[in-house]
Amino acid sequence: MPIVTQNEAQALLKKVLAFSKADECEVILFGQDSANLRYARNAVSTSGGNSNSTLVVASAFGKKLGIATINEYDEVSLEKVVRRSEELARLAPENPEHMPALGPQQYQPSPATYNADTAAIDPRFRADEVAKSLRITKENKLVAAGYLENTTGFSSMMNNKGLFAYNNYTDVNFSVTLRTEDGTGSGYASKGFNDVNGLNISAATSVAAKKALASKGAKAIEPGKYTVILEPLAGLVLLENIINSMDARSADEGRSFLSAPGGKTKLGEKLMDDRVTIYSDPWSKELPSSHYARDGRPQEKTTWVDKGVIKNIHYSRYWAQKKNVHAIPEPDRFIMEGGNTSLEDMIQSTEKGILVTRLWYIRPVDPQTLLFTGLTRDGTFYIENGEIKFPVKNFRFNESPVIMLNNLETLGKPERTVSVESGINALIPPMKIRDFTFTSLSDAI
Amino acid sequence: MKRRQFLQMAGMGMGAGLLAQIPLVGHAVSLDRPWYTIDVARKKELADVALNAARSKGATYTDVRIGRYLNQFIITREDKVENIANTESYGIGIRVIANGSWGFAATDKMDRDSIARTAALAVSIAKENARLLTEPVQLAPQKGYGEVSWKTPIEINAFDVPVKEKAELLLSVNDAALKGGASYVGSNLFLVNEQKYFASSEGSYIDQDIHRIWPYFDVTKVDAATGKFEVRESLGAPRGMGYEYLVPRESDKIKGITTLYRDRYDILEDARQSARQVEEKLKAKSVEPGKYDLVLDPTNLWLTIHESVGHPTELDRVMGYEANFAGTSFLTLDKWKSGNFNFGSPIVNLVADKLQPGSLGAVGYDDEGVATQQWDLIKNGKLVNYQTTRDQAHIIGLDHSQGCSYSQSWSDVQFQRMPNVSLQPGTAKLSPADIIKNVERGIFIAGRGSFSIDQQRYNFQFGGQLFYEIRNGQITGMLKDVAYQSNTQEFWNSCKAIADKSDYRLGGSFFDGKGQPMQSSAVSHGASTARFNGVNVINTARKI
Repeated sequence: MPIVTQNEAQALLKKVLAFSKADECEVILFGQDSANLRYARNAVSTSGGNSNSTLVVASAFGKKLGIATINEYDEVSLEKVVRRSEELARLAPENPEHMPALGPQQYQPSPATYNADTAAIDPRFRADEVAKSLRITKENKLVAAGYLENTTGFSSMMNNKGLFAYNNYTDVNFSVTLRTEDGTGSGYASKGFNDVNGLNISAATSVAAKKALASKGAKAIEPGKYTVILEPLAGLVLLENIINSMDARSADEGRSFLSAPGGKTKLGEKLMDDRVTIYSDPWSKELPSSHYARDGRPQEKTTWVDKGVIKNIHYSRYWAQKKNVHAIPEPDRFIMEGGNTSLEDMIQSTEKGILVTRLWYIRPVDPQTLLFTGLTRDGTFYIENGEIKFPVKNFRFNESPVIMLNNLETLGKPERTVSVESGINALIPPMKIRDFTFTSLSDAI
Repeated sequence: MKRRQFLQMAGMGMGAGLLAQIPLVGHAVSLDRPWYTIDVARKKELADVALNAARSKGATYTDVRIGRYLNQFIITREDKVENIANTESYGIGIRVIANGSWGFAATDKMDRDSIARTAALAVSIAKENARLLTEPVQLAPQKGYGEVSWKTPIEINAFDVPVKEKAELLLSVNDAALKGGASYVGSNLFLVNEQKYFASSEGSYIDQDIHRIWPYFDVTKVDAATGKFEVRESLGAPRGMGYEYLVPRESDKIKGITTLYRDRYDILEDARQSARQVEEKLKAKSVEPGKYDLVLDPTNLWLTIHESVGHPTELDRVMGYEANFAGTSFLTLDKWKSGNFNFGSPIVNLVADKLQPGSLGAVGYDDEGVATQQWDLIKNGKLVNYQTTRDQAHIIGLDHSQGCSYSQSWSDVQFQRMPNVSLQPGTAKLSPADIIKNVERGIFIAGRGSFSIDQQRYNFQFGGQLFYEIRNGQITGMLKDVAYQSNTQEFWNSCKAIADKSDYRLGGSFFDGKGQPMQSSAVSHGASTARFNGVNVINTARKI
């Protein structure tokens, strides 16, 4: 099935619902065309594309729910998938936590998540763009490994209680690692956009090249607590774990960093520096995202952390009803407010510190304190008296992003950034942090 | 099964809305629908359409994978079944070489015209990419096997077991944990059946039927007064087995400070002991950081093997093909060529094996039609080999591939993935108890915990589920806040004892991520309990 318009989706979903005999029926249609070009050792390695779509039908009899999916769209198939979901619903055990289907929702206008130029990317465009990256690589006598991927997709949902939602989107993501021929230096850059016109592969590759060349001959310095300047790429992989861990039910049940003794939560408490404000806004020009959540609820502009205070946490519909609160769904993307300090100014104002390009292999160590471990990678530099003095060997850290955001020194201007761990896009400022805990050294380059 | 698919399934409630993010769930399958396969003659007919279309467009080599991937997820918490979902994905992936370059395309439209168009697209992508080549793809020779088949040797097809029975087992697990004092418990059962058909322009038509099972739970105990909580995860492993894995046998139990399991898993018993242990964890002593002799149970050691041996011996990483994402490897070709690189102590022998019965990685043929095999990676502590696919074998002078190609789905391109990589048991009679009784100051660790390793696989940090302090040859009590850090080479050189084969067990991962776009693979790692001297242990307790 090609990418369908809002009207086409509406017509198809209405047709599916007409087959329903269940108390409630909810139908979801989504699909995407995606293609990529991967390169390594200064040549193409693998490349491909696929196109797929899925129709999901959820039928409910009382609190018994059945879900069936299909990817064929003739009338016989559509009726078949509805009957099958009804059959599953009759077999399924009753779930007391099942929530009734939502009625019609008031959605704000669609954010600018779709861009025609991005949707028009073809194999030639990808090869031409990667050729630009390879040209810069070879000029600098480096070895490239990179990845360019473009996606055009849509999602839509409708139910027999009157809800209908539709969103389409495009994404293009590029990342590149450049290594010196002797393997003693490495630099990285990554960029993601809805609109391909914002992507400058040459500029990104040049940044990675500069870091690769500058990172040769890294020296070992003792692990310990250091002032660090985290570039947005590095900060995002820690900050996304705060947003992901802000689930209300876990907090209420006492098994979250937001749980407090006595069955209470830290909602409303100040846990971070005054300058920390994190919010989500589907209508952000720089970071648009879907205006409806996976369960059909409207997304809202929501402040999660306001001047260091936990302002909101996200709720499932069931838990919100149980707690009798306004239910805010989890955001797709998030933005952290920053300041006006440039990265260069941050370096100049640092007496002794470490500049970190990228963090890698981030894993939770303790959910109670949101402690994470991971390593620096692809460009780690020692700063002294306001200047980058020399590249340093990579470190392992053990740090909680909550503790980190209490040790904030300076914030820079937010940049759109792609997480190397989850793949999400976010707007994150560079951050200067004191007392960041490095626990051991790594020889990896 | 794709990791994202699993995470979405595991995380979703009964609202269908969350399914919107699941890619490629494909066709629907009734919960108790009889298990079936697609007729092999039909698959051959469709494969021939692709092979002929690709050849007519200029492909010099083509392989075709027709996949039907069936998953079942049963997800419960406390006394509720949160979700039961069956998903099926059916389609074709076509990989070609044209003008010396790889090209790949996939479709779920299984008619002849769509397949021919997809083959033509794969060829056009290969030709477009050829201008970015520095050297043409070089394939190791591979004879066509003709029409052959292979099946995971299961005793009970888990898809044939009524859903009600499986859900009731999980609810019993939850009940056992709650009655034992747990505050919360969640349990899941994940079943996978990969029906894979491979055909190539070299004359192979390979039909395989692969089964995997993963029963899992986690138990949480909250101390409301202090606000502290602890979690204990199940100690059972995912396996390449049928439902017989969940039919317990006393002969498969290893009794000790906690009961551990070989080839059959008593999930109910494990849930009962987890409820006791999670309570004990709340009261446990916080570890004093420093150097300890670690006695690592296979339920913990498998993940250390995976990260510090499995990944760095992947030849694509060694060569730089994963440099942008998963990283490279410290086990560079010069170290292998020397024939004398000291990876570990002389008792350390690590074997790659895609034949091992009951393992997650066992198949008859890999995803480019190479019959599977077993070979040494580390022999008596020395690096002796890597893991290869057909286009890598020539790099290390092999005239054949080692059969390490895998794709998570028909819609993703296959590439080099890890076989089962296992530590061989000690040759002398030695039990875990024998090992512990010689430890003066140490920690016994069981279960998988936090894990992280650098991009060249030197520096790592691992946690666990259960930590027991050893003093003067005796286990003295439980510890918490434990993580061990080491360097791969130092760690394996500190290996001073390995229990014998009577203690050998498989651990494993359903979701080992690698590649761009990232793909998941399932892989097992066997080991017997082993001792590592003088490993650095840190204390992970913090305050916020």
